[in-house]
Amino acid sequence: MNHIPKINRRSFVVGAAATGGGLAIGLNLPFGGPQVVRAQDGSPELTAWVVIRPDDTVVIRMARSEMGQGTITGLAQLVAEELECDWSKVTYEYPTPGQSLARKRAWGDFSTGGSRGIRMSHEYVRKGGATARMMLIQAAANEWKVPAAECTAANSVITHGPSGRNTTFGRVAEAAAKLEPPKEVPLKDPKDWKIAGKSVKRLDTVDKVTGKQVYGFDLRLPGMLNAAIKECPVFGGKVKSFEAAKVAGMKGVRKVVQVGDSAVAVVADTWWQAKTALDALPVVFDEGENAKVSSASIATMLEAGLTAEQAFVGNQNGDAKAALGGAAKKIEAVYAYPFQNHVCMEPMNATARYTTDKCEVWVPTQNGEDALAYVLSASGLPADKCDVYKINLGGGFGRRGAYQDYVTQAVLIAKQIPGTPVKLLWSREEDMRQGHYHPIMQCKLVGGFDANNNLTALHMRLSGQSILAAVRPQVVDKDKGRDALVFQGLAEPALLGNEHSFGYSIPNLLIDHAMRNTHVPPGFWRGVNINQNCIFIECFMDELAQAVGQDELEFRRKLMAKHPKNLAVLNAVAERVGWGKPAPQGVYRGLAHMKAFNSYVAAVAEISIEGGGNRIKIHRIVAATDPGHAVNPAQIDRQVAGSFVYGLSALFYQECTIKGGRVVEENFDTYDSMRIAQMPRVESIIMPSGGSDPWGGVGEPTICVAAPAVLNAYFKATGKRLRTLPLKNEKITLV
Amino acid sequence: MARLTINGKSQDIDVDPDTPLLWAIRENVGLTGTKYGCGIAQCGACTVHIDGEAVRSCSMPVSAAEGKAITTIEGLAQNGVLHKVQKAWIDHDVPQCGYCQCGMIMAVAALLKEKPKPTDADINNAITNICRCGTFQQVREAIHMAAQSA
Repeated sequence: MNHIPKINRRSFVVGAAATGGGLAIGLNLPFGGPQVVRAQDGSPELTAWVVIRPDDTVVIRMARSEMGQGTITGLAQLVAEELECDWSKVTYEYPTPGQSLARKRAWGDFSTGGSRGIRMSHEYVRKGGATARMMLIQAAANEWKVPAAECTAANSVITHGPSGRNTTFGRVAEAAAKLEPPKEVPLKDPKDWKIAGKSVKRLDTVDKVTGKQVYGFDLRLPGMLNAAIKECPVFGGKVKSFEAAKVAGMKGVRKVVQVGDSAVAVVADTWWQAKTALDALPVVFDEGENAKVSSASIATMLEAGLTAEQAFVGNQNGDAKAALGGAAKKIEAVYAYPFQNHVCMEPMNATARYTTDKCEVWVPTQNGEDALAYVLSASGLPADKCDVYKINLGGGFGRRGAYQDYVTQAVLIAKQIPGTPVKLLWSREEDMRQGHYHPIMQCKLVGGFDANNNLTALHMRLSGQSILAAVRPQVVDKDKGRDALVFQGLAEPALLGNEHSFGYSIPNLLIDHAMRNTHVPPGFWRGVNINQNCIFIECFMDELAQAVGQDELEFRRKLMAKHPKNLAVLNAVAERVGWGKPAPQGVYRGLAHMKAFNSYVAAVAEISIEGGGNRIKIHRIVAATDPGHAVNPAQIDRQVAGSFVYGLSALFYQECTIKGGRVVEENFDTYDSMRIAQMPRVESIIMPSGGSDPWGGVGEPTICVAAPAVLNAYFKATGKRLRTLPLKNEKITLV
Repeated sequence: MARLTINGKSQDIDVDPDTPLLWAIRENVGLTGTKYGCGIAQCGACTVHIDGEAVRSCSMPVSAAEGKAITTIEGLAQNGVLHKVQKAWIDHDVPQCGYCQCGMIMAVAALLKEKPKPTDADINNAITNICRCGTFQQVREAIHMAAQSA
């Protein structure tokens, strides 16, 4: 998920530089110096990340968004670790994207997707904490007129060793903020961590259990109105006409407005009034040619791609086609993955206030800077007249990052009622109809063996949508039309920065992609392209092993000698379940593994079946994760367990069917999600391998192993190979 | 106009009688802990107590709630002391994004009132709320913890 906002960064920086004034401080210079930068409450800033109040409260400020994944707590642990502060005095805040730009992106990247929250900010946030600690110690040493080297910091207290004198962070913060920040900032060895690496409690729990937590759609501003919206349900369609007069007199209705060329909104005192009027509003859409598209016509298009001549290569060695031609035995299979919606529990929303002089937006977003880019574009105002205030997200899962169409809509509505804040909330039905969906993909796999049953060749042909072609076409153009992200989990190491490298060595290998885009917009859906790729490769690995009568684990091991970290997680789950030894009566096992987002993950599912295979009960899942470094094991454990809810819901229940060019499923009654009764016991094995390799992410990788582990176990139980999601179409349910 | 008794306080509210209770609670009374997730009684994010029973407020008109005791998440704590389910949720670090958790907590509180020591099967039958973050493993453990506490 390489994010490049819709508006060129340079235009941001130029816009921001014009207004920067006293706040324009060099990107690589932490703040410090004679001009103290102050937080809103007047407390001094030591670095972008650290504000210390006189009562010793440490305010840690982060650009990444918290959407449940625990990133804010983890990042705060890393800052606190280096700062040597008292963890019980830590709280957190979000800087606004406008503030960050005005200070030359002092807080770094706001993008919170691609499991990058911690893995791509750990170094600079740790330095932010360490720099502040060194300045605090220096300030105390200056006051005592002793060398800083004789002073140490621990638990927010600075002590001068020889004399035993001590002071607190809060007392010296003001003086420290005036100092030049140090140039050399060494970081601790993770083995010496005391706060990071530990399962400390999250910083953001209490308000979530009392109802006090404010999510985007809970926001209330003085004089605020509420908007409900309906966009043409056929993607690409336009508004032809609507009869505002028919609802103008309904209770609470203030205004009926067209939003862009494809949507109509009703603005009312309350959202329920707005929605009631919107439901009564006659709207005619020009649905266009796309209204002829159906799931069947899309499937036919993808099928053609499976054997098309032209395809983009993502991984290749040897000559797979020739080797398959001369193979003693060949195995072939075709798999398919559907469109799926993210279904965040909190439907999309944004609140905007527009005047000709200022446009402000309050929004739950995975990327505050992207949100700001949308505000600039929709408002037509320059960067210094716009800002975005991030609010807590009721789920993100990739829907609230690259596409922030609801931000554009909120601004376009607010522009038609200047000066009045308007909160736009999508109904669940709108949320289901106007997604940016998990891309649809088919895959044909052909494997070839020599006369001794050694796997000599594999051709994996993907056919389906490219997310990047829709979201970042310039990236695809640069790569001569290829979308490298399609190969997540399958890529050769040089592609995708080795984050998503293929975990097997096969003498003759070809993995390629026939790009077949549809009018249904694709988006980054938690896990992104590993979800389908892991099913394709890991189910087919079982098919290959079974074709030559070999154990599925042993078969894989032979191909993984050059992939020790992949092998380590696979071995860990196999050992925990006792792979190779008999399972309890009636219980069947399946396994899967993958490298993704720089982490290594594996799972074994233990299932039983009822009703001749129509009902699946998952008894236990053992899941291993090697993210390199584990900042908060308890939160990793929760991400792993939660990943199975996301992945298994997708496996069993979820498909967005296209009929008449639009999505058929409009709510949870036809697009179900797993409940507690279906939740298997998940045992996680967190096994960080440490070292200096780039850190791995946690929020996404595990999702992809959920489905293949269960599908592989299902084959063991029934002898039936399921290759198309979701299983509800096969009348198979999870019990 | 409707007269509702929410968290022990009676008040007149200017809404159409067929307005879903959820929206009256959120928009007219201003208590936003009760969430919208589906509007068709599927997800449970809007769960409140009506005369002590868990009800999905998105699908109950205001007219049907008149004269009854409505409790929302904001009224679950008594005299400033958190309900044992809320305490267990904090002790066990249950929420992820947290959006569905108020509804989940209300459903669990109603379950524990009826069945102070629920079995796993009791939990499976009674708790059908959707959580997209997937907190179910922690939810189950925290329910058992809450049941153990006084």
